[in-house]
Amino acid sequence: MQVSLASERLLAELLRARTGQELPDNRRWRIGTALSGLCREYGIDSIDQLVAMFSPTRQSVLARQMVEALLNNETYFFRDRALFDHLVGHVLPTLAETRAESRTLTIWSVGCSTGQEALTLAMLFASQEARWAGWTISILGTDVSGSVIEIARKGCYTPFQIQRGLAMGEMMRWFEETPQGWRVRERLRRMIRFEEHNLLDPLPALPGGQMPTFDIVLCRNVLLYFDAATRERAFARVASALAPDGWLMLGAGETTLGLTDRLSPERGAPGFFRHAKPAKPRRAAVAPAAIA
Amino acid sequence: MKTCLIVDDSRLIRKFSRQSMEALGFMVSEACDGQQAIQSCEAAMPDVILLDWNMPVMSGIEFLRVLRQTGHANQPKVVFCTTESDAAHIQAAIEAGADEYVMKPFDHDTLHMKLQLVGVA
Ligand SMILES: C[S@@+](CC[C@H](N)C(=O)[O-])C[C@H]1O[C@@H](n2cnc3c(N)ncnc32)[C@H](O)[C@@H]1O
Repeated sequence: MQVSLASERLLAELLRARTGQELPDNRRWRIGTALSGLCREYGIDSIDQLVAMFSPTRQSVLARQMVEALLNNETYFFRDRALFDHLVGHVLPTLAETRAESRTLTIWSVGCSTGQEALTLAMLFASQEARWAGWTISILGTDVSGSVIEIARKGCYTPFQIQRGLAMGEMMRWFEETPQGWRVRERLRRMIRFEEHNLLDPLPALPGGQMPTFDIVLCRNVLLYFDAATRERAFARVASALAPDGWLMLGAGETTLGLTDRLSPERGAPGFFRHAKPAKPRRAAVAPAAIA
Repeated sequence: MKTCLIVDDSRLIRKFSRQSMEALGFMVSEACDGQQAIQSCEAAMPDVILLDWNMPVMSGIEFLRVLRQTGHANQPKVVFCTTESDAAHIQAAIEAGADEYVMKPFDHDTLHMKLQLVGVA
């Protein structure tokens, strides 16, 4: 579908303002495909007409729909399985010790899309039922797009979404077939809460007034299309929400290097980051003896 | 080189799967139904079988039951590749001894991931 330069600019500006995501020139070809469904829904045959219907002064439904259609929501269960193996093999055993007293773990899946990442985490805990008996495991999944959060809350997936990442046995174990599709079982769902939220905004305070902190934060394949300054802001948000001894897990191939000095890579564990240790104070230079 | 037998009555699917498996470094042979598959296994047992469900002469599940009953020491990994996508079929496949289950249409990445899960890729 043809799109005028003016429409492209307006859409890119709208996307940046609402989500921080950039739509650089070399990715603008996506606009046509991304918005064609919306054009059909409104019975319109060009994206320029669609854009013309939108008024920047109103918080219109259309603006929201256009932004959500432009976002990349690609996700699947156990994306980068090796990282989840590290979580199970190293991170969770450590937390099981350090949190043994409170028996509480809090995890945040930032940019959770339709929920597969948060559910993957829930599966890890549910498959170690004995170890986590008596613990409170709270997983928060947030995304700037309301439509993916709605899907995540329903917890129904097609067999094709499920088989992208899950083994046959896992599919049978964690899902039940319902007339609405394959639905996630209650024992996973009750660990997770899904909320609409822009990661560049502060999280809502807890009922007591304090800010929530998390033992593990996952922020994977979300920052790819942020510019450097926005990425830095995002990392600052994540760092302030991460417990002092917590872990940040990024996507395979993503890094904090050069973008924040608050988080640094964990040695030997690609994809995992921790609060940077405060730099050792340099020994004060010896003042030259005053010459009397 | 690892070997793979593709059992499907659709020439198109066999062609697609062959390309996928060859790209993963497998040596591929083909069969159009369960009976041909048995003959092929008698000649040489493959490392992995991609198995359709609905086929003339002998269905995939019938073939799998026969295969698992042979007591052959080098049992291949069997991955169902079928349009059947309901729990009853998956359960039946598990009970008959399938190692994995892929629902059509599938892409190369899904197939690759399933082969990794069963330990042949
Ligand atoms: C490619 S998906 C990745 C999903 C999942 N984390 C994974 O790795 O499979 C990126 C998600 O980030 C969300 N997103 C983009 N900008 C965001 C923002 N500013 N705040 C929260 N979520 C955002 C998108 O809506 C999309 O669902």
